[in-house]
Amino acid sequence: MTLLRTILLRLITTAVTLFGVAVIVFVVVRVVPGNPIAMMLPPGATQVDIDRLTAFYGLDKSIAQQFLIWGAGVLHGDFGTSITSRQPVLALVLGRLPATLELSVLALAMAVLMGGAAALTGTRLRGTRVEGGIDIAGGMALSIPDFLWGLILILLFGVLVPVFQISGRVTPSLKLPFSSNFYLVESLARLRFDLTRDLLSHMFLPALALAIPLTAIIAQLLKQSLKETMHLDYVTLARTQGYSEARVIWRQALPNAILPTLTLVGVQFTFLIGGTVIIERMFSYEGLGNMAIDAVINRDLPLIQGIVILFAVIFTGVNLLVDLTYAALNPRLRHG
Amino acid sequence: MNYLSVRHLTVRLKGGGLLLRDVSLEVAAGEVRGLVGESGAGKSMIGKAILGILPRAVEITGGQIVLDGTDLLTLPPAQRRIRIGATCALIPQDPLTALNPSHRIGRQITDRLVDILGWSRMGAEARALELLADVQITAPEHVLRQYPHELSGGMRQRILIASAFAAEPKLIIADEPTTALDVTVQKQILKLIAGLQAKHGTALLFVTHDLGVVSKVCQSLSVLYAGKVVEDTTIRRFFAGPAHPYSAALLAATPKYTDPTAGLNPVPEAVLAAVRAEVEHG
Ligand SMILES: Nc1ncnc2c1ncn2[C@@H]1O[C@H](COP(=O)(O)OP(=O)(O)OP(=O)(O)O)[C@@H](O)[C@H]1O
Ligand SMILES: [Mg+2]
Repeated sequence: MTLLRTILLRLITTAVTLFGVAVIVFVVVRVVPGNPIAMMLPPGATQVDIDRLTAFYGLDKSIAQQFLIWGAGVLHGDFGTSITSRQPVLALVLGRLPATLELSVLALAMAVLMGGAAALTGTRLRGTRVEGGIDIAGGMALSIPDFLWGLILILLFGVLVPVFQISGRVTPSLKLPFSSNFYLVESLARLRFDLTRDLLSHMFLPALALAIPLTAIIAQLLKQSLKETMHLDYVTLARTQGYSEARVIWRQALPNAILPTLTLVGVQFTFLIGGTVIIERMFSYEGLGNMAIDAVINRDLPLIQGIVILFAVIFTGVNLLVDLTYAALNPRLRHG
Repeated sequence: MNYLSVRHLTVRLKGGGLLLRDVSLEVAAGEVRGLVGESGAGKSMIGKAILGILPRAVEITGGQIVLDGTDLLTLPPAQRRIRIGATCALIPQDPLTALNPSHRIGRQITDRLVDILGWSRMGAEARALELLADVQITAPEHVLRQYPHELSGGMRQRILIASAFAAEPKLIIADEPTTALDVTVQKQILKLIAGLQAKHGTALLFVTHDLGVVSKVCQSLSVLYAGKVVEDTTIRRFFAGPAHPYSAALLAATPKYTDPTAGLNPVPEAVLAAVRAEVEHG
């Protein structure tokens, strides 16, 4: 009952949030200088041509009128037509979404695994040089933002020791048997591990660049809460029962220490998704972020609006997911 | 024969002062030994040293902890840990913090039986039900599926007691097991521990502040002051007339044994100063 109410409340606040985002984007893209129509037409087009196209895209109406027209369309699932590619915005955006989702989730998984391993190792070897090393590495990882990590990784593993791909999502000459744009997922489902490998070798560096700062955050926070948990009575009691240090950490401390980390990871994951915009550009990865930059350069107003709304939907979705997971993992909340 | 014998145990703060000075104490099989002393005397430290859970800041610098004929301090750490897990148990002071908030009660009793002692899951679960009945918990099946936060302090302490007796340990260390509970519950819990101890014939080292409890549960007594055992005696002799001035003062400070209506007389400062001097220089 309470869960249902929570979800309902969330849906309402989400709707309000999305409406606010829509208004802001809509106004901002129309206020900043730059005329999409002028950019579309070849040099030497007459004012008549410009006016005709402007009217065609409804850009001659007032912003409020435009918003009403656009909003009515959105309610019917019509996000308008991209000015540059003349295709429906919704189809374009949904076509790119899987690429960005796969990249972000891979980056998240890498960050959780690496950060978790560092935190567990640091806790097991607390007070030794290894823990000191982990702290220093974490500090370094955090002091460099993801796009600089992207550059560093391109130089190291794309140029100096070229073991990974640094451009695109998949080798263009490959024949892809996929029926959706979730390439990585489908390659696994179809047991085409040759393709999985090719995809991963393209995704690895951008995912790593996105993952490094989050890895450091997870390592620091989880290690801190593990170390605090290690002093608690139930952990001591488990020690007297014959459990090894490693098992005490894993079985007794981790389930409790993980909760504060989880909330933060949720927030940080939305930042990571935001980071895909630049990282995708840097690695010519054909995802939403890359498309967003093109859309901005071309002043493709309907496309920009569609992408921003989609990002906003993803962010609120991630937050909802984190809250639900937190409730599911915490016995004290599970029973209301 | 003594099941536990601690001999000349010395524990110090790393790079600091002594916390336990040449402590010796013995607990025979099936015996209950009380361990009393003021706060900070080192009572818990003795229990922790025996169970191998000393804080990292602290180290053993001398002595032996002989359990069933083997000096634990000579065993490699992994062996020591497993031997302690199989033969000893702790009843902790604060039942509110001694259960893992993330795990159901059932797991917290059965896991170590399965993981460490190699019982079958079913056998461990049957044993858990039986134990909860032993500590007078009604509806044990239901309790096994609950989480700690759903239970009262008294219930939790019963569960911890049940868990301590689960694997038929030879030695139990109870570190002020009733201090955190309210008075009405304290009596029931004491009765439970004493009853189970008698039933199973477990050696019990009972840490407490309360001489009233000592007189009811224990057969022998060690009095600790500033990390040193100042008196090692039987209950009968202790209450007949303690040999050490600190013990005498401690007894006098407990109103129950002189006059139940009297107020609390703190141990006189002169006695404390004398004992302190003796412990530190003797
Ligand atoms: N983790 C620790 N690090 C350093 N010193 C400690 C630590 N724990 C306890 N001590 C010190 O060891 C001494 C003995 O403490 P201990 O906990 O054994 O006292 P106690 O007799 O059990 O007292 P209480 O009746 O309050 O439980 C105290 O002086 C205390 O300050
Ligand atoms: Mg204590």
